[in-house]
Amino acid sequence: MTLRSRPARACAIPLTGPAGKSLIETLSFAAAALFLLMLALFATPQARAQGESSVIIGLTSDKFPDTERALNELPASDLPTAPQIVEALAANRLYFNGPARKLYFADDAGKMFDAATGEPADVMASALKKVRINNAVRRSLDAARGALTLMSPDPAKRKAAADSVFKSRDATALPLLEAALAKETLSSTRKILEEARAAIIAGDSGASEVQRLEAIDILKSRGDQDVVSVLTTIASWSEGRVKAAAESASSVIQAKLALWRNVQNIWYGLSLGSVLLLAAIGLAITFGVMGIINMAHGEMVMLGAYTTFAVQEWARTSHPGLLNYSLFIAIPLAFLVTATVGILIERVVIRFLYGRPLETLLATFGISLILQQAVRTIFGANNREVSAPSFMAGSFDFGSLQIGYGRMWIIVFALAVFFALQFVLRATSFGLRMRAVTQNRRMASSMGIDTNRIDALAFGLGSGIAGMAGVALSQIDNVSPNLGQSYIIDSFMVVVFGGVGNLWGTLLGALTLGVANKFLEPIAGAVLGKILLLVFIILFIQKRPRGLFALKGRAVEA
Amino acid sequence: MMETRKPLLLSLIDTRGGIFLGAVAAATILVPALALMVPPNSAFALPPYLVALFGKYVCYALLAIALDLVWGYCGILSLGHGAFFALGGYAMGMYLMRQIGTRGVYAHPELPDFMVFLNMKELPITWWGFQSFPYAMLMVLLIPGLLAFVFGFLAFRSRVTGVYLSIITQAMTYALLLAFFRNDMGFGGNNGLTDFKDLLGFNVQAKETRVALFMASSIALGVGYLIARAVTQSKFGKVVIAIRDAESRTRFLGYRVETYKLAVFVLSAMMAGVAGALYVPQVGIINPGEFAPANSIEAVIWVAVGGRGTLVGAALGAIIVNWGKTFFTGALPEYWLFALGALFVIVTLFLPKGVIGALDQFKVRRQAAKNSGAATPTAAE
Amino acid sequence: MDVAKNSLLYLDGVSVSFDGYKALRGLSLTLAPGEMRAIIGPNGAGKTTMMDIITGKTRPDEGDVLFGGSYDLTKMDEAEIAELGIGRKFQKPTVFESHTVDDNILLALKAPRSALATLFGKPSADTRTRIDQILEATKLKDHRFRLAADLSHGQKQWLEIGMLLAQDPKLLLVDEPVAGMTDAETAQTAELLREIAIDHSVVVVEHDMTFVRDLGVKVTVLHEGSVLAEGPLDVVSADPRVIEVYLGR
Repeated sequence: MTLRSRPARACAIPLTGPAGKSLIETLSFAAAALFLLMLALFATPQARAQGESSVIIGLTSDKFPDTERALNELPASDLPTAPQIVEALAANRLYFNGPARKLYFADDAGKMFDAATGEPADVMASALKKVRINNAVRRSLDAARGALTLMSPDPAKRKAAADSVFKSRDATALPLLEAALAKETLSSTRKILEEARAAIIAGDSGASEVQRLEAIDILKSRGDQDVVSVLTTIASWSEGRVKAAAESASSVIQAKLALWRNVQNIWYGLSLGSVLLLAAIGLAITFGVMGIINMAHGEMVMLGAYTTFAVQEWARTSHPGLLNYSLFIAIPLAFLVTATVGILIERVVIRFLYGRPLETLLATFGISLILQQAVRTIFGANNREVSAPSFMAGSFDFGSLQIGYGRMWIIVFALAVFFALQFVLRATSFGLRMRAVTQNRRMASSMGIDTNRIDALAFGLGSGIAGMAGVALSQIDNVSPNLGQSYIIDSFMVVVFGGVGNLWGTLLGALTLGVANKFLEPIAGAVLGKILLLVFIILFIQKRPRGLFALKGRAVEA
Repeated sequence: MMETRKPLLLSLIDTRGGIFLGAVAAATILVPALALMVPPNSAFALPPYLVALFGKYVCYALLAIALDLVWGYCGILSLGHGAFFALGGYAMGMYLMRQIGTRGVYAHPELPDFMVFLNMKELPITWWGFQSFPYAMLMVLLIPGLLAFVFGFLAFRSRVTGVYLSIITQAMTYALLLAFFRNDMGFGGNNGLTDFKDLLGFNVQAKETRVALFMASSIALGVGYLIARAVTQSKFGKVVIAIRDAESRTRFLGYRVETYKLAVFVLSAMMAGVAGALYVPQVGIINPGEFAPANSIEAVIWVAVGGRGTLVGAALGAIIVNWGKTFFTGALPEYWLFALGALFVIVTLFLPKGVIGALDQFKVRRQAAKNSGAATPTAAE
Repeated sequence: MDVAKNSLLYLDGVSVSFDGYKALRGLSLTLAPGEMRAIIGPNGAGKTTMMDIITGKTRPDEGDVLFGGSYDLTKMDEAEIAELGIGRKFQKPTVFESHTVDDNILLALKAPRSALATLFGKPSADTRTRIDQILEATKLKDHRFRLAADLSHGQKQWLEIGMLLAQDPKLLLVDEPVAGMTDAETAQTAELLREIAIDHSVVVVEHDMTFVRDLGVKVTVLHEGSVLAEGPLDVVSADPRVIEVYLGR
């Protein structure tokens, strides 16, 4: 699942949750699996002893049950043309002559072949009847195709086939599975084949108890949601030790899966938290440290995203070689652009409103409207596409968890920005002077610090960081003039929740809210989860009006 | 005695209030006259769409007065007053939906169309009673009032003030926005409530009904103004202003600041609810968009433009800004947001007291120039 | 507990800290009914914090704060304490700037404080005369219709004292009443406070030693959140520890 596959933006916190979809998938899959299992159980007895001719007879009898039976036998038969037969049937190119019991298939070009031998045949398709397909036949056809590809020379195809056999647990595929296992050299594919065989044996009431217990052990080591459904089915009709083993294995796996689900929630939560952190961190400077209510903060993020878009367009048209690295150009450029805009806003508007926070709020809201409309006028109202560079595409597996590079890099970027900002504030002379001004403006001024300049620069810094956040957010969100609006309330919530004037609080607040959101989502649903969090924060502010890490005492209340 | 005791500014409001009420009364008479009695082809005839438009302005003016009451007088900058407006609107919308009866697309005798569409089998408990007009009107007052009470009780008791309060009021309306978007809330989700047929048996589309709704809105505006005026002129109002100016001083004098704030907030929310309820039948729809935080902030700028703490200014600001919005969105749609944004900036920078405040200052200065030398202006003009 | 019972204000072992900084450590103080007391002490001695605790703005971490021998002030909020009869004047003059002087006094005047009473109640018959008396006492009669915002600094200080008088509290807490006043104003203020002290208990926090001397009352010296010395100004100012605190080693 990539970060881009988010639903339309009804609200600001990304709503992507893997849980909702996979549950339905699992359920319907389990139902299908059960059905196939039954099918296999009933189909088995008749299928075994007959030879190749019975396949041909079945396929030429023009009766669905016969066709189905023939297809079930096909993979295990020695018919050399078996792959061509199933492909032809799938492509609706399999013909027969009923009275003569002759089967033919046509290739792509329409050339006819004898299905029994594979030799070219001198017949006209128009003189023959096509082998018909219904749903039951199609299921058998799919199983046959899966079984046949187990022998494919292409390792990727074999692996896919092994997977599909595991999922279908078609008992008729057992002999073929054994044959494939004997030949298979690739250990990862062998493992899947073994698991597929285990799945079939464990569910085979005819197999011995020892065999079935062994099979359950193998399944247990695989330990995913598919296995749980296999084991649940088995436990439902088995007895004695097999039932007990299946149940215990299933519960062990479920516990493990639950753990991984939590790990996954935390991961998604951290990912969301890093997005919140990015959006809020600039605000932590302008609002948290300087006390300026900047309602245009979201628009700084938006400008950063549009800078990314512009850089990408420039690279696309004039320097295609740079396209993949355009983000690295966009990051500093977005900082510069938004920092400049921020300084401009501070000099032209905000500095006249210091000490009047409510007026600042209104004026900056006005600025946000102007910036939105300006961007809409220049770039249009539609969403703009910012493509992901190659290093942000794809994912890798960590245990049962799939980690997308996109998410990972955004977390890394958010933390990097955070620590860079900490460094600027703690270890540079600008940071020192800025802290001096925010703590005691008059004293700082009398010590020769140009407070006006510091104000402007600090506001520029906060805005610039918002712009850099916009670069990252352009990767996961629709780049539109409304981009910023969706982040502004969340950003304020994060800063207020974390504690005004405390950067570490902002970090912790963002990550906490991100993780909490992802844990609430499966329980309450995405939107309700978000509402619950808002209500929680509203109540939280009542309890601790100054956030998680607030300074107490007289100085603050003054 | 009382007249001479009042400072300059307050006594000016009296004349102004008279002019304002006069204008409202004139509109209440003139609009129906022009809309109904003048022949439709006359130059003075008022087409129904304009009646509805004016009605909308009047509702906004009432919302602005409600907002001025909390912001201008009590210093609570609510960025969530749109929520109270919308809740009042929903209460009215629910009544109107129940009046549709079997005339809906699905012709269900009890359930509105969207519920049939959503496969709901019976009327949710939240909808019970809304077929009754008095009940619905009670809810128009009670629901916004209750929300304001609960929210205000929590916020004021824990002394959340200033921008923090503003931010959480914004979060409140945002949470409601998200909630009302959900279909399973049972309020029509995304599409809201619309396709109204009639109100108290009158067709909402009919010219006469529109005129009646306009008159009702004007009267509500006048009454709302008088209530707000009475409240702010009482000793209660003086305490409220005292809270705005020096909250902890007021507290050390023994006043329960929370109670006062809560009372003003609830009263204001109810007024906003009434404004919303009158608004909905005139525009013909209520949807979750009304909860959008931007709407609430826009209402704040009406008050700021007119002049906060003046009531009349708030109403005036609502009408000026919305007239401007109508003009721009018709003539120069591209530039409306530029104009609105610039308005926010210009008003806060150059007109902190709004149009009325600027007028006052001008008059004060002229007065001061006249009696230059007199140290203390002891009487109003 | 006899001391507690018989005193108007009784603080015992009061401590409070903000983020690890101990603003008060074991402060104990007793004020007899009708007494006027001056509190002095260097910056950070805990004078304002003590006021905050008495008026309910800050809750102490430990210790007892009793009023009139039976009311536990640590369990009450500002409004309750104010209604109990404790009035406070802030260090920085805080008056209602957009109200007239007259209205400022009216709001402070002892009367029902509930929202219903102020919304629907009628002012009592003697309201006017009492406002007149207070304006007379605070020399603000000529300014009664001016907005408080337009008053001079000294006038605002007096207006605030006037508001305290209007509250008619049993105990007045006055924080640095003469800060920023001219010498003449300071002397007048001392006079005013002495008059008030005739029928009220008063606690005055002040830096200005001349002013404290003018008051001529018992002095309590605070240092680092507890009482360093107590007694007449002459005795206290001769105390070597007090000298050390004020002048350094």
